[in-house]
Amino acid sequence: MADKTLRILVAKPGLDGHDRGARILARAFRDAGFEVVYTGCHQTPEQIVNAALQEDVDCVGLSCLSGAHKALFPKVVDLLREQGADDIVVVGGGIIPKQDMPYLRERGVQEIFTPGTPLEDIISWVKTNVSPRDEL
Amino acid sequence: MNKGTVLAEQTHTPAQGPNTTDRIVERIRNGDVRTVSRLIRNIEDKNPRATELIKSLFPLTGRAHVIGLTGAPGAGKSTLSDALITNYRKQGKTVGVLAVDPTSPFTGGAILGDRVRMQKHAEDKGVFIRSLATRGALGGLSDAVDEAIHVLDAMGKDIILVETVGTGQSEVDIMNNAHSILLVLTPGMGDEVQTIKAGVMEIADLFVINKADQPGAAKLLNELTRALDMADGFRSGWRPPILTVENLAQSEPFLAKVDQVRSKIDEHYELLRDSDVLKERERRKAGVQLKHALDSGLVDKVVESLHESGKWEEMLTALAGKQSDPYSLTEDIVSLVCAEDWRQRLNAMPITADRREKT
Repeated sequence: MADKTLRILVAKPGLDGHDRGARILARAFRDAGFEVVYTGCHQTPEQIVNAALQEDVDCVGLSCLSGAHKALFPKVVDLLREQGADDIVVVGGGIIPKQDMPYLRERGVQEIFTPGTPLEDIISWVKTNVSPRDEL
Repeated sequence: MNKGTVLAEQTHTPAQGPNTTDRIVERIRNGDVRTVSRLIRNIEDKNPRATELIKSLFPLTGRAHVIGLTGAPGAGKSTLSDALITNYRKQGKTVGVLAVDPTSPFTGGAILGDRVRMQKHAEDKGVFIRSLATRGALGGLSDAVDEAIHVLDAMGKDIILVETVGTGQSEVDIMNNAHSILLVLTPGMGDEVQTIKAGVMEIADLFVINKADQPGAAKLLNELTRALDMADGFRSGWRPPILTVENLAQSEPFLAKVDQVRSKIDEHYELLRDSDVLKERERRKAGVQLKHALDSGLVDKVVESLHESGKWEEMLTALAGKQSDPYSLTEDIVSLVCAEDWRQRLNAMPITADRREKT
């Protein structure tokens, strides 16, 4: 059988339109051999979750610089769970204050990558903690 | 931010649980998003179970109108797809989209970015969008497109839009998958000779000149018109219309143009259905499908069996040493696979395992 390819969705929930970080990350994931579904800026949690389900991704990476991460990231996790899709790993990044991290983890965001994290660390985390899906 | 909706289907069941073929087929017929997207994933991964499921879905297919959108990178295919989705939804039609983007020849990774232009439909239950990477296919599509079309068809989508990768002149695989083909062009793509060249210019049922507010649009329209005037009749009695679109972000004139494009596509499909052309296209598609299945179900299996028995290496040695030629060896292989023990061996192998890398 052909090797299974990891699929990951990179999305920017909320109102900030600064997607340079998200694009750099998408490109790094591409170079790591992942198939990266890129949905762009200004996404609602519902749009992100529906795209994740339609695209059968293994992981959702959320980038937020606007400060709304405490509302938006857990919302994505909750909506995935409602759809029976809590097998999809959710990670976050952007401007996330240290004191918010425990709360986000508690609410089901599995890892947070803040600015300055080397790209190879992020890729290696994904390769270690996310595996491509099996058959139906 | 508006409070959105998530596509909760009444019949939703997570991807785990009892997964008999009948139940999976039932879930696909009911439009269960996770089942559909997982099956497409299994098709892409060349999983033998997916082949079994496609067999069961096949009788449910053949209802959808498949529309291909092709053209150079950045010509505006995704923006046009997005506008066509909106338009077809207004007509009360459900829409499936397969959007293909290129796989890196170096890493196997891909950026699937066509959704960016279509994300406003993400919360519409009547729309299902799936991005596919080419994974090495060279004809502008991916090997999985054909079967993914069957899945969306069985899912009950009325219209299936297939958006190719940004193409050059010879990526014409879409002609074997779609009923109606739109070629999206933009001004400034070269001289008049380009419009009479063979390849992608020949397969269009509709030409859309996008970004028609840019210099060179009138020239392109004239050249294209002249090129069509030169044609000695049209194969299906349909002269491909040329429509110009000024892509001004969902302005009124733009939406009116898109409505024209949609009604031309519908007109084309009516003509196909009322003549024998649709049957001819379906037969051509059937030929391509059968050849494709035969390649993986017979040729690839034979190659793998030859590898397993060590005969492949022997044959390569003989060929490289000039003690034999490819044609005599092929005759030997045909005799070999007709033998009973080989027949049994080939029958026991699943169909879609990916064997091509070994050759």
